[in-house]
Amino acid sequence: MRGSGLANPGAPDLNARVVIIGAGHAGGSAAAFLRQYGHTGPIILIGDEPLVPYQRPPLSKAWLKGEADADSLALKPADWYADNNCRLMLGVSATKIERAARRVVLSTGETLDYDILVLATGARARTLPLPGADLKGVMALRTAADAEQLKAALGPGKHLAVVGGGYVGLEAAASARALGAEAVVLEREPRVLARVACQQLSDFFTRYHTGHGVVFELSAGVEGFEGRDGQVTGVRLADGRVLPCDAALVGVGAIPNDELAQAAGLDCVNGVVVDLEARTADPAIFAIGDVTHRPLPLYDRMFRLESVPNALEQAKQVACAIVGRPAPPPEVPWFWSDQYDLKLQIAGMPFDADTILVRGDPATAKFAVFHLKGDLVQAVEAVNSPPEFMMGKILIGGRKPVSRERLADSSISMKEVAA
Amino acid sequence: MAKITYVEHDGTEHTVEVKTGMSVMEGAIKNNVPGIDADCGGACACATCHVYVDPAFEGKTGEKSAMEESMLDFAENVEPNSRLSCQIKVSDDLDGLVVRMPESQH
Repeated sequence: MRGSGLANPGAPDLNARVVIIGAGHAGGSAAAFLRQYGHTGPIILIGDEPLVPYQRPPLSKAWLKGEADADSLALKPADWYADNNCRLMLGVSATKIERAARRVVLSTGETLDYDILVLATGARARTLPLPGADLKGVMALRTAADAEQLKAALGPGKHLAVVGGGYVGLEAAASARALGAEAVVLEREPRVLARVACQQLSDFFTRYHTGHGVVFELSAGVEGFEGRDGQVTGVRLADGRVLPCDAALVGVGAIPNDELAQAAGLDCVNGVVVDLEARTADPAIFAIGDVTHRPLPLYDRMFRLESVPNALEQAKQVACAIVGRPAPPPEVPWFWSDQYDLKLQIAGMPFDADTILVRGDPATAKFAVFHLKGDLVQAVEAVNSPPEFMMGKILIGGRKPVSRERLADSSISMKEVAA
Repeated sequence: MAKITYVEHDGTEHTVEVKTGMSVMEGAIKNNVPGIDADCGGACACATCHVYVDPAFEGKTGEKSAMEESMLDFAENVEPNSRLSCQIKVSDDLDGLVVRMPESQH
């Protein structure tokens, strides 16, 4: 049965039949928020993995190190879904959206009618089209299954080669060291975190990891993977060297899973284009999470974010729109990473920044890098520095001007800087 | 196992059983109790699981770490009994715990 949404597509309707494609952090949270906000209509959650919605961030951190179990990863216990009239269809993917009929075709051949469709299809790990990339032991880290495979390959005496010096790669290298494995990070650019962090932070992380025994090969071209009996044994570099390894983790970014939306004629620009209600140009179709190209009102632009806070923010937006609550106020994008005893917290995006200012001393592993546009904070990258992160986030959201001199002086507290 | 009562800012109460070893935050999230966001999933990175611990239980919820103290310092409407619920581990001692939630976590 459809709710009354049929007459007025996309209008708030507590009885609307909501189909969510993608049972990750975004999709699972959208279902939970809908029930929290009083939605009474059916919710159908379709996931291509065989697991109930779970958190991915611990897969490269606490879970990989054995400090978190599978139950703790799950967003909700398995029986929550049935108890809350959410039909979970796991191990199933959607193959087609029929917008005129408001119907989704599934990989099983089954079709599902919807009043509201939510695309939460996420992103997938980018792969490298290199010789040997199909060898056993050459892996990505995106899903719980990937993480199981990686964990099994780590341990004392094992060698992990990480292709790509991004956050996933560095977190995995740190976890590998904690498990007693050797780790080498191969990065094409002259510095790690080249796409996502400033030079100062790259230098700091390279030094810190080196101090923990991680080996770096920067400006390194990877030509392929060597193997024996179908199992990876090494990574071949452009300079002819072969670095031996038991496993090779490829962490070179993610690609939005927006093909389904594209095929349905929805506007996609490196992700599905949505507004601040998470709605596409089709009033009955929303998109949330890593798959979206979304407005960032603080920065006057559209962007695709890959983060849990983004997934949660948009899950709230879509739930509000469906039940007729006002849209929640836009949030400052933020991110975090744990490596060794380091807690990195990032608020904002360094768009249009003209100045980089370091507060504190990186040599103490407690410092923050501020990105300023004039006297406005655009972003802050804080290492073991919660006050800089928390107050930085407030300053970014409030577009409150600060004195650069005072901000650079770590003897002046963040509360005084912002006063 | 401990019975924990979460009180929303508007007074709505949710009493649930939470397994030993879980955090007070996880007890709320897994039972879909509104009012605790826990954006970071328990990494002590976001201060969106802020609660006020009932004074009767303050001695049983453990000490705040420097990190928690520092995060809480910048949360809104902080009181002496404020805690980040992801940092409170549930034990049998916490049976009957009551935590109240602030108006907003953001």
